[in-house]
Amino acid sequence: MSDPLLPPQRKDPLKMLHLGHTPPRLRSRAAKAMAVRAGQGRFVLQVCADCQTATYPPRDRCPQCWGELRWTDQPQDAVLLAETVVRATTDSFFRGHLPWRIGTVQFCSGLTAIAHLHGDVATGDAVKMRLVLDRGGNPAFFALPAKETPNMQDDPQLRVFTAAPKHRRILVTDGRSRLGQEVALALLNAGAGTVFLGNADRLMRFDGMDRMLATPRIDMVPLDMTDSRSCQELAGLIGGRVDVIVNTASHVRPGGVSQGSRLSTLQTAMEVNVAGLMRLAQSFGPAMAGRSDDGVNSAAAFVDVNSVYGMTGKQGFVGFAASAAARLALVAGLRGEMAAAGIRVTSVLCGPVDDEWHQTVPSPKVAPARIAKAVVQVLEQGLEEIYVGDVAEDVAQRWLKDPLLATREENQ
Amino acid sequence: MSTNSSLCGQVAAALISGKLKTVDLTNTLSADFPVIVLPAEFGQCAPFRIETLSRYDENGPAWYWNNITMNEHTGTHFDAPAHWVTGRDLPHNTVDAVPVSDFVAPAVVVDISAEAAADADFIVTRSFLEAWEVRHGKIPPRHWVALRSDWYKRVGTPEYLNLKEDGAHSPGPDAAAMEFLVHERDCIGLAVETVGTDAGQASHFNPPLPAHSILHGNGRYGLQCLTNLDKLPVFGAMIVAAPLKIKGGSGSPLRVFAFFDAE
Repeated sequence: MSDPLLPPQRKDPLKMLHLGHTPPRLRSRAAKAMAVRAGQGRFVLQVCADCQTATYPPRDRCPQCWGELRWTDQPQDAVLLAETVVRATTDSFFRGHLPWRIGTVQFCSGLTAIAHLHGDVATGDAVKMRLVLDRGGNPAFFALPAKETPNMQDDPQLRVFTAAPKHRRILVTDGRSRLGQEVALALLNAGAGTVFLGNADRLMRFDGMDRMLATPRIDMVPLDMTDSRSCQELAGLIGGRVDVIVNTASHVRPGGVSQGSRLSTLQTAMEVNVAGLMRLAQSFGPAMAGRSDDGVNSAAAFVDVNSVYGMTGKQGFVGFAASAAARLALVAGLRGEMAAAGIRVTSVLCGPVDDEWHQTVPSPKVAPARIAKAVVQVLEQGLEEIYVGDVAEDVAQRWLKDPLLATREENQ
Repeated sequence: MSTNSSLCGQVAAALISGKLKTVDLTNTLSADFPVIVLPAEFGQCAPFRIETLSRYDENGPAWYWNNITMNEHTGTHFDAPAHWVTGRDLPHNTVDAVPVSDFVAPAVVVDISAEAAADADFIVTRSFLEAWEVRHGKIPPRHWVALRSDWYKRVGTPEYLNLKEDGAHSPGPDAAAMEFLVHERDCIGLAVETVGTDAGQASHFNPPLPAHSILHGNGRYGLQCLTNLDKLPVFGAMIVAAPLKIKGGSGSPLRVFAFFDAE
C-alpha cells in the first residue's frame, strides 16, 4: 500500500522554491504522435500493417520488414521482469526526485520496455500499464498494480505524472453555473484542499448560491472573465496559491451566420470564451509556471471545458462553435508554452450540455455532473484531451477518421 | 474679479469666486457598475470594460491609454428620443442631432426619497406632483425634472438594481404623471438616480414603460444613474449634460454636473 498523502505543511519562507525542471522535449515526430495518444488516455503501440509486429520505441518504419506502422490500442496487461533504483542522474527534473524506481516490463505482444514503477509493484508481478505524459509532455510507460491497492493514487512517483486534485487548491472560474458548481463539488470529493469558485457578479443572486456559500472548503471569489482587471485583481489575491485552474466559463447562444444571427452575441461569446481564456492564462499562467514542482500542492494543470463543436463547427450554434474553435487554438498554444514549465494543459470537450441554452436540442445531452466527473478523471490521469458524453465521443471519433466529412455532417 | 458685465462674465466671476457651487452628478464608469438587465431572450446591455493599450511599457514607453467598450446606456447616461420606438420618427432624435442648447438646462428637484425608502415600488403619480406643487410651487417649463430618490446610495449593493424573482423594484412615474410633466409642464426630460427613467416594474404598467414611451415620443430626454441629487436645491440648479456626438446614437454615457448659487 502507498502511504496516504498528507496535507502539505506551510512552506519555510527561507527555503528556496524547488524549480520546475522538465525532461528534455526534443523528440522524434513518431514519439510526438505517441504523446498525442497518451494525452487521450490511450495505451498504444505501433503495429506493422504488413507483418503485424508491434514495435517500441516509436519509429518511422517497421524494423522487421520496413512496412508501414500504425498506432494500435493494446492490452494494458504486462509483467514486471526486473527493477532498479536510480540514485544518481544528470537529468535536472529527476535529480530533485531521487531515488526513483524504474523497471523492465514485458507486454502481451512480447515487447519489452522501460517503465516508471508504482510503489506497490515488484519484480514478477502482473502489472497494469498506462501510457502517461511526463512533465514536459513526453510519452512514458508507467506500471501500476494489476488491482487497486490502498491509497494507490497517492504514490509519489505516480503523482509526478498526474495533476491529482488531492490537497490541491483549485480555481473553478464560473461558480454561477450549474457546471461550475458540479465541478467544484466533484473536486472537493476528490480531495481538493480548497476550491476557489469564481463569481462574475457579486451583487446578483444565482441558483445554487446558498449551497456554494455553505459548503466548507469552497471560497467564492470575484472573477469576471470579460474584465481584465478582475482577472488581474484575483491573481493578485490568490495567484501564488492556485495549483489547478478549471475554466468552466461558457457563453452559449443559438444562431446562424447569415440567418438568425446576432453579432453582439458572437462578440460576447468571444469575450467570455476566447478573450476570457487568454485573460485567465495571462493573469495566472506565469505564477503557476514558477510553481510546477513545489511539493504536494505544486501547480499542475490548466483545464479548459470546451465544446467538441470547436473541431467541426455546428449548424444552429455557429457563433458559439466559432468561439470554441478559437478556444481550441488558444489551448493548443498554451499547451506548448506550459509544457516548458511542466504544467499540463487539458481540453475537456463536451457535446450539448443539459442546460437552459440547449432546450431545443434533442437528447442525448451531457449532464454537468458527468462533465465534472471527467474533469476529475483528466486530473487524476494527467490527460490532455477527453471527450465527454455520447455526442462528443461520436463527433470526435468521426472527426478523427475524416475531419472534412465530420465538419460537413455537423453543418447540414 | 472680472469686470465683464456680460451674463457669461457674471457666471464666470461667480464660478471663480465660489458663489456658484458645482456638484458632480455622475457615477464613476467602472467594470462593476451595474447595467440594466433585460429578459435573457433580448440583447443585453454591455457593461463598461477597459483594456490597457500601453502604460509606459513596451507597447508605448512614454504614454498610458486604454481601449474602452460599453453600451450607449452604460453608467450615468443620456437617452435620446430615438432610444424608444415612440421617438423613432422625430426630427433631431439622435445624440448627434439633438440641439446643443438642450445640453444646458435648469432643474427642479422633486424629493421622493422618503417614499422610495418606504416602498421600493413607489409610483410618482400626477396627484403626487400636484400636491408637490402646492408645497413648492409650479414646475417651470423647459426644466429637467429630477427625481431625488437617494437610490445612488445603493450603488455597490444588490439593492441598486433590486432585481428579485419577479423583476426589478425601483421607483418611477406612471403614465399620467409623465403626460402631466411633458404636456402641461413642458419638461425637457426626466433625470433619475435609478438605472432607468421608468420604475423597476414598469413593463407591467398599462401602458408599459410610460417614462420612456412618453418622454421620447415627445422629443424629451432621459438622464439615468445620476448621483448627488440630494445636494441640489429644489429650484435654481443648472444641469450640464452633453452626450458624446455619436452618429445616429440612441444615447451616450456622459459627465453630468450641476451648478447653483452657493448660498
